[in-house]
Amino acid sequence: MSKRIVVDPITRIEGHLRVEVIVDDNNKVTEAYSSSTLWRGIETILKGRDPRDAGFFTQRICGVCTYSHYKAGIQAVENALGIKPPLNARLTRTLMNAALFLHDHPVHFYHLHGLDWVDVVSALSADPAKASKEAFKYTDNPIATGEDELKNVQRRVAEFVKKGHLGPFANAYWGHPTYKLTPEQNLIAVSHYLKALEMQRTAAQMMAIFGSKQPHPQSLTVGGVTCIMDLQSPARLGEYLTKFQEMADFVNRAYYADVVMAGLAYAGEPSVNAGLGTANLWTYKEFEVGNDSFLFDSGVMFAEDVINLVTGKPYKVHDLDESKITEEATHSWYQDDEALHPYDGKTNPKYTGFKEEQTVNGKGEMAPTKVIHEDGKYSWVKSPRYDGKPLQVGPLANIVVNYAKGNQKVQKVVNEFLAKTGLPITAVASTLGRTACRMLETKIIADNALEAFNNLVQNLKVDDSTYTSYKIDKNKVYKGRYIGNVPRGVLSHWVVIKNGVIENYQAVVPTTWNASPKDANGVRGPYEESLIGLPIADLSQPLEIVRVIHSFDPCLACAVHVMDTKGNELSSYKVDPNGASC
Amino acid sequence: MEHAELYQKISERLESLAKFPQLKENKSITQLIEDHGISRRDFMKWAAGMTAMLSLPSTFTPLMAQAAELTDRLPVVWLHMAECTGCSESLLRTDAPTIDSLIFDHISLEYHETLMVACGWQAEHNLEHAIEKYKGKYILMVEGGIPAGSSEFYLTVGPHGKTGQAHAKHAAANAAAIFAIGSCSSFGGVQAAYPNPTNAQPLSKVTDKPVINVPGCPPSEKNIVGNVLHYILFGTLPALDAFNRPKWAYGIRIHDLCERRGRFDAGEFVQEFGDEGAKKGYCLYKVGCKGPYTFNNCSRERFNQHTSWPVQAGHGCIGCSEPDFWDAMGPFEEPLGDRLYQTVYGEGADKTADKVGIALLTATAVGIAAHAAIAAVKGSGSKSEE
Repeated sequence: MSKRIVVDPITRIEGHLRVEVIVDDNNKVTEAYSSSTLWRGIETILKGRDPRDAGFFTQRICGVCTYSHYKAGIQAVENALGIKPPLNARLTRTLMNAALFLHDHPVHFYHLHGLDWVDVVSALSADPAKASKEAFKYTDNPIATGEDELKNVQRRVAEFVKKGHLGPFANAYWGHPTYKLTPEQNLIAVSHYLKALEMQRTAAQMMAIFGSKQPHPQSLTVGGVTCIMDLQSPARLGEYLTKFQEMADFVNRAYYADVVMAGLAYAGEPSVNAGLGTANLWTYKEFEVGNDSFLFDSGVMFAEDVINLVTGKPYKVHDLDESKITEEATHSWYQDDEALHPYDGKTNPKYTGFKEEQTVNGKGEMAPTKVIHEDGKYSWVKSPRYDGKPLQVGPLANIVVNYAKGNQKVQKVVNEFLAKTGLPITAVASTLGRTACRMLETKIIADNALEAFNNLVQNLKVDDSTYTSYKIDKNKVYKGRYIGNVPRGVLSHWVVIKNGVIENYQAVVPTTWNASPKDANGVRGPYEESLIGLPIADLSQPLEIVRVIHSFDPCLACAVHVMDTKGNELSSYKVDPNGASC
Repeated sequence: MEHAELYQKISERLESLAKFPQLKENKSITQLIEDHGISRRDFMKWAAGMTAMLSLPSTFTPLMAQAAELTDRLPVVWLHMAECTGCSESLLRTDAPTIDSLIFDHISLEYHETLMVACGWQAEHNLEHAIEKYKGKYILMVEGGIPAGSSEFYLTVGPHGKTGQAHAKHAAANAAAIFAIGSCSSFGGVQAAYPNPTNAQPLSKVTDKPVINVPGCPPSEKNIVGNVLHYILFGTLPALDAFNRPKWAYGIRIHDLCERRGRFDAGEFVQEFGDEGAKKGYCLYKVGCKGPYTFNNCSRERFNQHTSWPVQAGHGCIGCSEPDFWDAMGPFEEPLGDRLYQTVYGEGADKTADKVGIALLTATAVGIAAHAAIAAVKGSGSKSEE
């Protein structure tokens, strides 16, 4: 008989996410539902405000990808007003973006996703001397894995565990059969978990040098950047350079090496070497490292193109047609179900709550649970579609599409990684592949983003402009958008300015694409699709589900947004009282 | 409160804390300090410094030292409501103590959705277990505004679909001390900006227990971590201002200690971002700096281990630690009185003053407004010290 499992909250993410799955008699997932359980309505709030403030509001969509929505909000307005900021400003934004990626991806891997792969308790039985030698298998130049250092890490963890008071590590899935690293490998990873806590401060300082603070930097303005004094200080430039190099060093000596280690150890684990899910991939050009020269390129690939690519057959990479983007709410807690382009979207909340059902609880017993209405509405995330199809966005899409387009920098690191791990190219199309692509994206940035720094220094010699002046004409209507690739995938912000204020604002964000519920045709979103067929060893400890979902790096505060072009009265929202959950 | 009475109160507080079950058995702060080569004398010096910072007489110094030695007994429950996780990210930036030593050596972080390993049923169990086991003894920190009233189900957490408001109420009812971390939890935050579509409320509106507000968007790591020590010392509300913000962090106006204050006094203003004044570090008032209206220690402590702060990076303060700043301080890149057209913000607060001219304004209106604000804070802040 089929059983239902509810995982809520999915922790170690940004925001509030619930995942429900149905498993068959063999404990294989046959159906999955992704549900966001928080709605904030920031775009409604933007209506009627000064367009120059848009970036500050949208920045607060998320404090993890803290810079992404700030930049997007500023650049959507610049696009609407027809402003191109000076090269100095654009390159400074690239350097801040590099700081974001070098912070966000390692923190995701070590502190959010890492403990899905690493069994901390197992590290206690490791032989530090052996572990220290082991680290050289994955890189010629390991970091934080000297025998003395590993011994100290082990002692620290042992003391912590001995107290029997595990704090954030309590009641986890330690000892789960799908943990595949040896005690020595686990010890290496735990040492890097601690080292990464230290390094993330450095990456945040990188951002703060030009951005004033992190999270939520504050030095971008419509027209350019404000940190001219920092740019004119050689000492400040030197600080950035040094911290960049420290981070790049960590990426190459720890992050890269650890993903190689995990790739080798987990290659045979069925719960991670499948799960590509939605195979339609989309990415967008990003990282302007020189005047109109970008590290990554744009493109859409459909499932057949991806299959052809990995099987060595002729394939196509398509250009995106923005008019084919729609969002619909058949299974989302909003009234209007029809698929509309973002500019025409409607969003009136229609919360229908949960229903009561028996599901497998944390002890493996059947227990009363609130579950979603699978045939009705079940998430605050809408379903964005492209030409009616779901798209997967994120580092996997970025790496695969750029690989397919012949991006030399991408092809080089992908080929090296596959050679080092002995994995076939098909391995990229999996949960493990998603995690590996995030690391490869970080490495490409770590190895190449200083091109922007060098070009900035060259340009500063002859040009000190950081701002393009502009006027907003109250009698004109402006429309504009930002599309770019942020740590979790393609982000777009759409703005209409009328009477000098924001008339309409919309954000279609990476996690909206990836966490979307089913559409009117019953087609699953990427999270849901990636869980189908997943084997679960122990229904009371669904680590496999958590691992697959974390591989997307969910950011739910980003995903849930509202579109209201019609100025609907908010007070008229009707809520079904019987639908309320408690 | 008289000092003698306060002294007595703190002594009793520390005595009762000392009777708490020790969470981390084998390493007291005293030992840690010795391990790090800090002598007892240095430690007492530090305690004396902290005592002075809190404006207490020197007789309190031994109590301060005793308080620091008790931090390793503190269970902390951190809840996420309608938020962006920026405050949690800010906590991660702490270097004094570092985040790893905070987790491993100092506090016992019982529940924190961004950092904890357990998910789903196991996570729910951890929360209930912590609230039960440490009833009346844990510190509650809440990040995010709370969809309340008829909109409370705009946030649910856990397999039982319990609303955020219900979680917050329950955790607050059993906490020893409650901190609203960030402007959302303190004042409602960005989601509570006009027209507040989800009826997001500050924590203080959903619990009848006293709440200490630690606003900022996000607050610096220093302002978050600093309050843990406050709690241990007093076991009750620290000295707060009119908005229940700890005075030690929010007692000074940004403007008063601003590095560009000399430019303001000299009447040297950036007229437009990127102009010659911007290159010379002129005052940012005319491009919207809200430093004159904002109480926080940014100009002193800065962010990310003192790396920078908005004014240093050439952008004005947006007033993010003030109540309702999203509506009250916008547009962020115009002086408050300079609103050129009708927006959701309404008319400018000192519109008339601004029309008189910037020179006069700088000399008088800002000064008057500031003094009025300070007076208001002083006038109504004393009640919370009782």
